[in-house]
Amino acid sequence: MSAPVLEVEDLRVRLRTPRGPADVVNGLSYSVGAGETVAVVGESGSGKSVSVLALLGLLPQGVATVTGRALLQGEDLLTMQPERLRQVRGPGAGMVFQDPMTSLNPVLTIGRQLVEGIRAHTDLDKAAARRRAADLLGEVGLPDPAGTLDRYPHELSGGMRQRVIIAIALSNSPALLIADEATTALDVTVQAQIIDLVEGLQAERGMGVVWITHDLGVVAGIADRVLVMYGGRCVEDGTVDDVLENPSHPYTRGLLGALPDLAQPAVDGVVPDLATVPGVPPAPTDLPKGCVFWPRCPVRGDARCETEQPPLAIIGSSDVALPHRAATWCTESPARAGSTAVSGTFGTGSPGTSGIESPRGRLR
Amino acid sequence: MVVLAGVSVIVFALVHLVPGDPVRLALGTRFNQDAYDTLRERSGLDLPLVQQFFTWLGSAVTGDLGVSFRSGDTVTSLIAERLPATLTLALASILVALLIAIPLGTISALRPRSIIDRFATVISQFGISVPDFWMAIVLILVFAGTLGWLPSGGYVALSEDPLGWLQRLVMPAVVTGTVSGAVITRFVRSSVLEAIGADHVRTAQAKGLPARQVFTWHVLRNALLPLVTVTGVQLAYLLSGVVVVEIVFSWPGLGQLALQSVQARDYPVLQGAILLFAVVFLVINLVVDLLYTAIDPRIRR
Ligand SMILES: Nc1ncnc2c1ncn2[C@@H]1O[C@H](COP(=O)(O)OP(=O)(O)O)[C@@H](O)[C@H]1O
Ligand code: SF4
Ligand SMILES: [Mg+2]
Repeated sequence: MSAPVLEVEDLRVRLRTPRGPADVVNGLSYSVGAGETVAVVGESGSGKSVSVLALLGLLPQGVATVTGRALLQGEDLLTMQPERLRQVRGPGAGMVFQDPMTSLNPVLTIGRQLVEGIRAHTDLDKAAARRRAADLLGEVGLPDPAGTLDRYPHELSGGMRQRVIIAIALSNSPALLIADEATTALDVTVQAQIIDLVEGLQAERGMGVVWITHDLGVVAGIADRVLVMYGGRCVEDGTVDDVLENPSHPYTRGLLGALPDLAQPAVDGVVPDLATVPGVPPAPTDLPKGCVFWPRCPVRGDARCETEQPPLAIIGSSDVALPHRAATWCTESPARAGSTAVSGTFGTGSPGTSGIESPRGRLR
Repeated sequence: MVVLAGVSVIVFALVHLVPGDPVRLALGTRFNQDAYDTLRERSGLDLPLVQQFFTWLGSAVTGDLGVSFRSGDTVTSLIAERLPATLTLALASILVALLIAIPLGTISALRPRSIIDRFATVISQFGISVPDFWMAIVLILVFAGTLGWLPSGGYVALSEDPLGWLQRLVMPAVVTGTVSGAVITRFVRSSVLEAIGADHVRTAQAKGLPARQVFTWHVLRNALLPLVTVTGVQLAYLLSGVVVVEIVFSWPGLGQLALQSVQARDYPVLQGAILLFAVVFLVINLVVDLLYTAIDPRIRR
């Protein structure tokens, strides 16, 4: 594999909140190679959005303290001068946000919002930038690209807006694309279109992709690697096959739902969503000592669970390029734990399943 | 139009509800029953109220607002005489207000809870709560009295004496402008704060736009909408006459005219003035709506 596009090391984000400091991201490390897609999965509130916003300095000023390192093509984003960071936003890393309804400026035309981004990083004149903008809108599958340039966000559907936002993120041919639940709002066909587009760009330009999603279909479809986040930590990562077929952290197993079903081929080509795990995620202002997952863990198979934080340790072979790692003290063989402990304990009607997002989404 | 018709009924009713007999007041010490009856008849005050109303309305639609009980001048000419002074003061005040409010509100929104923000809060609190006559008197004492830089009041037309016009305009405009500016400052602060927190601002930053461009086009541009509304409201208020300031600075505006006509129970003038204020209000509302359509594509059809 070539040099990574993005290398995140020990990323930590603390937010100032009315209820005291919140440790939202707690030592996250991962890398994204050129042409590689890393899927980040986890429940709502596990710190996925904050962890990527922190990379580009997009968290509210004065509220967030970000430490660690985040090398984008070798340059540390976290210590960059503001002007350099501005130059990197766009061509270095493009970002697609979660909510298509509010992520575009309602009083400016689509064309303007694309053109200003293009012109901030090139010396194209207005006309040339407009042509490029129209091309981009065509690429993301909007039916009338030239006409759309002169329209306002409220004149487009949510799906169309999200494609505009994706076009904006791609408009400067970024080395890294960060997509935060980018296709959650889109229907299956459009989702497939967008994913094809991104995969095409990856093959063409070696773009690295961080894809935050709830949709296991998308994970299975485009990810090379999966990173499972819980309580601001990576609790498990590895190749998409390792993680989906051999989930080793009790939380991952909970997310994937009944394990035996997932191992079987998807019914009617539909892969299930992330399942809901009983209990509620910990508040980042009040993280449990020891393993962050222990209050909800059905296994808790070790004396250290409640006192000592388990390190991210390699499971199985360490001789591979992308070892499979999980942060749990539970040393049972995953398969056995999966069929006994998990299926036996999850879903026993624990209180408090409310408050957990149950996202929808289907395989393309 | 429907609104205007409703307004005229209310205006008429209100004016006639003011206790006191205009004819008695107009005659003053020369009162005798004969003169009283003649005058009452001539002014149509002996007729039933409903009939009075339709007579008044009938001429009002043709632009004839009647004749002042007090001076015998036509109401339209009295109003026309006062209009330039009122327009001048209102526009100058709104200018002062915006010059204070936009920078102050913006800066305090950019640095919430900073020294400047606290300072702005105190200043606008001060502007809102300090009585305008007090501010006016202090200004007169300092700039007209002690320093002797400015005349203490009065009004001359711009065409007659541009420098004198400006000198006389400064103090009243600063007083009324400060009060409006204080109100508008708070609006600017909250709408800029709201605009800064919007999701699309993050999109703009993520595009790598220069900070200034993000601020101008994705924050200020969006904060403009509420600003237009509040400026319209303030302008309507200023145009309907700022009585106290007009009196302190001997500014011959509509507020003074209205006050005098209340004191004299000069129904035709009072009715005319209030009707004018209603029209001003409607026109400003219309202009605000038009501006809104121009700057907010979501309202456009
Ligand atoms: N601006 C903020 N101020 C305070 N807390 C925040 C802010 N943004 C996010 N959080 C908190 O950080 C945690 C992680 O949020 P987020 O990264 O959005 O989760 P995810 O994207 O995984 O759903 C949540 O508990 C959320 O309440
Ligand atoms: S460390 Fe213990 S509590 Fe945490 S996931 Fe593993 S078994 Fe569960
Ligand atoms: Mg999120």
